[in-house]
Amino acid sequence: MAVMMYRQALNQALREEMRRDPNVFVIGEEVALYQGAYRVTEGLLQEFGEKRVVDTPISEEAIAGIGTGSAMVGLRPVVEMMTINFAILAMDQIVNHAAKLRYMSGGQLKIPMVIRAPQGAGMQLGAQHSQNLESWFMHVPGLKVIAASTPYDAKGLLKSAIRDDNPVIFLEHELLYTMKGEVPEEEYTIPIGKADIKREGKDVTIITYLRMLSVALSAANALSAEGIDAEVIDLRSLRPLDIDTLTESLRKTHRAVVVEEDWPTCGAGAEVMARLQETAFDYFDSPIYRVTLEDVPMPYSKNLEKSAIPDEAKIINAVHCAMGQRCQLPIRRPTEEIMQVEAKEEEEVEEQEEISRQ
Amino acid sequence: MEKNELIDMYRQMVLIRKFEDSAGEMYKRGKIGGFLHLYIGQEAVAVGFISAIRPDDYVIGAYREHGQALARGMEPGRVMAELFGKRTGVSKGKGGSMHMFDVEKHFMGGHGIVGGGMPLAAGMGFAINYRETDQVVICFFGDGAVNEGAFHESLNIASLWRLPVIYVCENNLYGMGTAFERVSSIPQAFRRAQCYDMEVESVDGMDVLAVREAADRAVRLTRRDRTPRFIEAITYRYRGHSMADPGAYRTKEEIREWEQRDPIPKYRHYLIDQHIATEQELNDIDSEIDKIVEDAVQFAEESPEPAPEELFEDVYA
Repeated sequence: MAVMMYRQALNQALREEMRRDPNVFVIGEEVALYQGAYRVTEGLLQEFGEKRVVDTPISEEAIAGIGTGSAMVGLRPVVEMMTINFAILAMDQIVNHAAKLRYMSGGQLKIPMVIRAPQGAGMQLGAQHSQNLESWFMHVPGLKVIAASTPYDAKGLLKSAIRDDNPVIFLEHELLYTMKGEVPEEEYTIPIGKADIKREGKDVTIITYLRMLSVALSAANALSAEGIDAEVIDLRSLRPLDIDTLTESLRKTHRAVVVEEDWPTCGAGAEVMARLQETAFDYFDSPIYRVTLEDVPMPYSKNLEKSAIPDEAKIINAVHCAMGQRCQLPIRRPTEEIMQVEAKEEEEVEEQEEISRQ
Repeated sequence: MEKNELIDMYRQMVLIRKFEDSAGEMYKRGKIGGFLHLYIGQEAVAVGFISAIRPDDYVIGAYREHGQALARGMEPGRVMAELFGKRTGVSKGKGGSMHMFDVEKHFMGGHGIVGGGMPLAAGMGFAINYRETDQVVICFFGDGAVNEGAFHESLNIASLWRLPVIYVCENNLYGMGTAFERVSSIPQAFRRAQCYDMEVESVDGMDVLAVREAADRAVRLTRRDRTPRFIEAITYRYRGHSMADPGAYRTKEEIREWEQRDPIPKYRHYLIDQHIATEQELNDIDSEIDKIVEDAVQFAEESPEPAPEELFEDVYA
């Protein structure tokens, strides 16, 4: 096996699929001449030419629409959104068109399109460039949503996504591109819709995906020193969700913590927990706890940004809660509710002061 | 043009008119739900353009697309069944008025978001160039789309990449209840497209021969030069934006004035005056269409509803 970076694994997947199928092409901002904003498409222009590696204007709605339109007539576009934040400009084409064309046409059309985009925080890029929007896409029937957390997974999942006949949102993470890992030389794919147990354990299940996988794995190592044997499951596929693998794990561990880099309200973890209380309720020995991004727009300042993102300590604390040990309850209310509570408390204090003055 | 072809354009327009009249009636009777945007008044645009292309070319429309679907040769019975929400509808009853599809006939929908079809048309044009065939795409949309971002993003790219797309703006003067001149800094749609350095043209959308002539030229040049074109067809819808629209924003005088320019009687007179068809021949066509529409309604009426389990079919491939 070769050791390579996450972005190189993605690059290999693109190359192999483009060699395999002449209908596969890559389109997006800076993908060709510039070689990709994160160098994922490096060298593709040289190998495949400008017909199949297509630079676009900064027109996200049109980029997604051109991908969708070309897929309607049989091409297999791999669209790169430079970051997921810019995909917001393309939501009409993704949600109103790509996701619905098959259904609205009574099954006449298929949209074999991949939209790749890095997301995530941790590089001091501020509120507009640090978002995690998986739940926006998970919400929509007709889309599939993938999140690759290692170089091996990145390659195998991207190849499957390209061969899939549905619109697939393929989420990458800006901090994972230089992550190194082993990737086989020989052809392989990873099925969409299967979670992967990245670490077996018997005491508690940590459910996670994307960059939070590596944070969860180091938390699990730290926990093992305390005698807590954590299982770590990488969702890999957010829609469809592999609820069977999660349920099986809960049957064994009876306790779970969900770790995600998106916001708590209607986040991916909220969906996982809702599903598990239907399928695994009888196995629970404890509530499921969530570790999420704090419920704020991402600040720029390094220390504030760091404290907004889930880290090892927050995960360990949540596992302690799940184990019924001493912990700081990690449940966060949405920010506006916290503000209401604080305002009410202030009011009460003032009232008390008023009374005591009387 | 051959006599047959000229008469066929008449037949197509009458089919659309009578079909839409009947659809409006069926809506009032509660047979059709949701929104129903009728094409009445605009027939010359769909017929003029779609009669000018080949079966392997692509057509994509917006949500006032029944007329385009019929002009493309889609079965009236199955289009009506779609309006009725029946299993036999062109989209199996899952699309409805705004989402007619017939992929075999290269009719690529039926899209309900203003301007949403324009990037899709560019994508189809991209695929044509990718495969190096000589097809063209005709993309219909209304004047409302001119103010959407999708319009500008699409035209810029279509022009830049020389995509074989003919963008047809059916300017019926109103985006829902708002007159185009109230919302466009430049009240001619073609001038909005002009800055993307593409061939533009404005045509009388109430005159099917004028539309056809513009379409023939556009199709020929687009096929030959692989460059997009923008044609604004000035037209008028006689009914409201949808069946729910009482149309209080237009005067009776204005509607009456446009009714004087009704494309169907006008063309009928032309065919008779030019001795292309006799009055009797055209009357026979009218009766033939009456029967087709009647049969379409009967087919829709008698067709089964989708089975409950079909709810979950066709979400994923």
